Amino acid sequence: MQFKYKNLLVHISSLLLGCLLTTNAISGDWAQFRGPGGSGAATSEHCPISWSNSENLAWQADLPGRGISSPIVVAGRVLITACSGIRQDRLHVLCFDQRSGKQLWERQFWATGRTQTHQKINTAAPTPVSDGQSVYALFSTNDLFALDLDGNLLWLRGLSEEYPNANNSLGMASSPIVADGSLVVMLETDSQAVALGIDCQSGATRWELDRPRIANWSSPTLLRGSEGQAIIALQSSRGLSAHDPKTGTQLWNFDRGCDTRPTGVSSGEVAYVPSNGLVALRGNGLSATPDVLWESNRLQPSTASPLLSGDRLYVINRSILKCADTATGKVVWQLRIDGDFTSSPVAAGNHIYVFNEAGVGQVIEDEGDRGRVVGGGDLKEIFICTPAIADDAIFIRSDQHLFKIAASSE
Amino acid sequence: MRTFSRLGMLLSLAWLLGPAPAFAIDAADDISEPLRQLGAIDSADQPSSAAAAWKQVAEADVRQLPRVLAAIDTEHPLAANWLRSAADAMVERAIAEGQPLPLDELEQFIHETEHGPRARRLAFELLREVEPKRAESLIPAMLQDPSVELRRESVALRMSEAEQYQQSGERDSAITAYRQALDGARDEDQVKQIAESLRGLDQELDLPRHFGFIQNWQMIAPFDNTGQAGLEIAYPPESTIDLQAEYQGKDGPARWQAYSGKDDFGTIDFNKPFGALKEVAGYAWTEFNSDSEQQVELRLGCKTSWAVWVNGEKLFSHNEYHRGVKMDQYRVKAKFKPGPNEILMKVCQNEQIEDWTVEWEFQLRVCDATGTAILPVNP
Repeated sequence: MQFKYKNLLVHISSLLLGCLLTTNAISGDWAQFRGPGGSGAATSEHCPISWSNSENLAWQADLPGRGISSPIVVAGRVLITACSGIRQDRLHVLCFDQRSGKQLWERQFWATGRTQTHQKINTAAPTPVSDGQSVYALFSTNDLFALDLDGNLLWLRGLSEEYPNANNSLGMASSPIVADGSLVVMLETDSQAVALGIDCQSGATRWELDRPRIANWSSPTLLRGSEGQAIIALQSSRGLSAHDPKTGTQLWNFDRGCDTRPTGVSSGEVAYVPSNGLVALRGNGLSATPDVLWESNRLQPSTASPLLSGDRLYVINRSILKCADTATGKVVWQLRIDGDFTSSPVAAGNHIYVFNEAGVGQVIEDEGDRGRVVGGGDLKEIFICTPAIADDAIFIRSDQHLFKIAASSE
Repeated sequence: MRTFSRLGMLLSLAWLLGPAPAFAIDAADDISEPLRQLGAIDSADQPSSAAAAWKQVAEADVRQLPRVLAAIDTEHPLAANWLRSAADAMVERAIAEGQPLPLDELEQFIHETEHGPRARRLAFELLREVEPKRAESLIPAMLQDPSVELRRESVALRMSEAEQYQQSGERDSAITAYRQALDGARDEDQVKQIAESLRGLDQELDLPRHFGFIQNWQMIAPFDNTGQAGLEIAYPPESTIDLQAEYQGKDGPARWQAYSGKDDFGTIDFNKPFGALKEVAGYAWTEFNSDSEQQVELRLGCKTSWAVWVNGEKLFSHNEYHRGVKMDQYRVKAKFKPGPNEILMKVCQNEQIEDWTVEWEFQLRVCDATGTAILPVNP
């Protein structure tokens, strides 16, 4: 027993060390698509449960153009991308003061890749990511920019020049992540498909993987190995493969087809991946295939990605929000919510926040054995993006504005 | 709740602080070398010194802004983005410090059409942020500007004038103004609006000629595209163009036939000569008589997988089915020789049967980098 306890401590220490090595983002930040670890769950506990243009709206800032990328919150700054121009070929990276909403800087670039997208999407679709020191902004045009938090350009890549067929006419939307100093980028289409590990410091390619030539809008996710080391997972219609973020070396592969729109979540060593429902996987360190812990065809997400908060998973299928137990995959409760959803659910404490395509936000409280709508708000604008949550505030963007929803005006 | 708008107010305030002092740049502020470094970046292999060079430019005196804009003349888009963002930072800092922008130099820069179109547009936007009327006074003369974005504003202004003539019953003036607007217009949405107005005034138009769409083709189909494998299969037209030849097609013989498109926007529809087939590939071939050796852009729209060759050289192909089509969806650079140039298009259709997967067609036009039509000459 004592031995096991000691092992557990070592294991937890490794996990913590792994987290620190992976990113320098400050606790409480929301530094990537779906926040800490890509789970959708914030460390904040006390976000408002109701809001309007006259209630709990700390500030709103003008944006120069459209975007469905999420804001990220890093070191007191809110960073966001946008696009403008008749051809969506103006690419913007903007930084706002988290507290006041004052714009601190804006950098604009010209698209070097194709700009056509579906009308609901636009070229500012992938969410930027930060390692706490720099922000990495990828656009649907496959233009990639690395800036420090003061807006100084560190490096840039025009990936459409290097991979001229890695684009599709609906638009590209995969959001990069940072792991062990590698910026992991997925550019996967019917014509050309690659995944890249790009050195965060220099912008040079560390590794490149040929990927299935099938259009894929899912994003890479971060897992942990048994020693707490970072592992990245790449999802596609051919399966889910796990790789070393420093080298791209494949560690294991789950070869059953996965969804190409909603992206899975993870907790430590376990990946919960959309695949004809939801499947829980864990690499075993011994074989090339992971162990399947459970699978449930009742947990099929539509477009929105799942949310992992504590020991619960939340999935939106059309207008039904389902809550399931992470240990078993069994549905604990389900609730009809209002509207269609592209935006993924996020959580603060036991409150789940969803924004439908009409822009109406709903707050659902997980009361253990049931979910109940306890609040919401309508800012009278359309929200396709997934919100960010940091320091008890919700940050969400429309095509026109960036909003901070917080309990009191600061 | 606080509301923040963009830089406009700050820029205006900065300008009110006073005119720029006499232009005298300290030697320590010489940005020639960093501008050269950034302007030379043309690939992913960017020098490690690039970030430092960028910072040196960004921190330079804002009176050097025209030099930065002039450096954006470079053809390479990566260099342009390094330089453009440095200009952003330079302006942002100058505004924060209350330094006026060199507006006279910016206006002069806008007038100098030998500079890069995008750099001139940036100069225009900065001028307009500070002195909107001064900038907008330049627009009427921009109807044929090399910058498509500047030209667009001038076209919109002329369209507005034409509407006013039309509303006041001045038909001839309205037609003249619409014709001038059309002559300058390069964007599909503006051309559609103008065409609708002119046709409402009983005017005849040749929009395919305006855009440079190729309407006359020789076409052959159907070849097999079962399992979407056909794009990579080199059927006989990819090696030899023999308009008299007959080949084994998917379900019978495949023969060449002449086809002329009638669509305003150059759509060449394989379904019309060959029927609404599935899992097939077809080819369209034509000759374009060029008056000189020249760089051109082939601009394509296609909802399904396609490939294009010029003078036997495969320039590009793209594998994708039914995810949308748009004019100028793809831009492919090509080099034409004097005299006849062969253009070969391959267009595939997949197995989908939904009613939104019927299209087996393409549009192709020849133009320059601004989208201005390049027309063939008579042989």
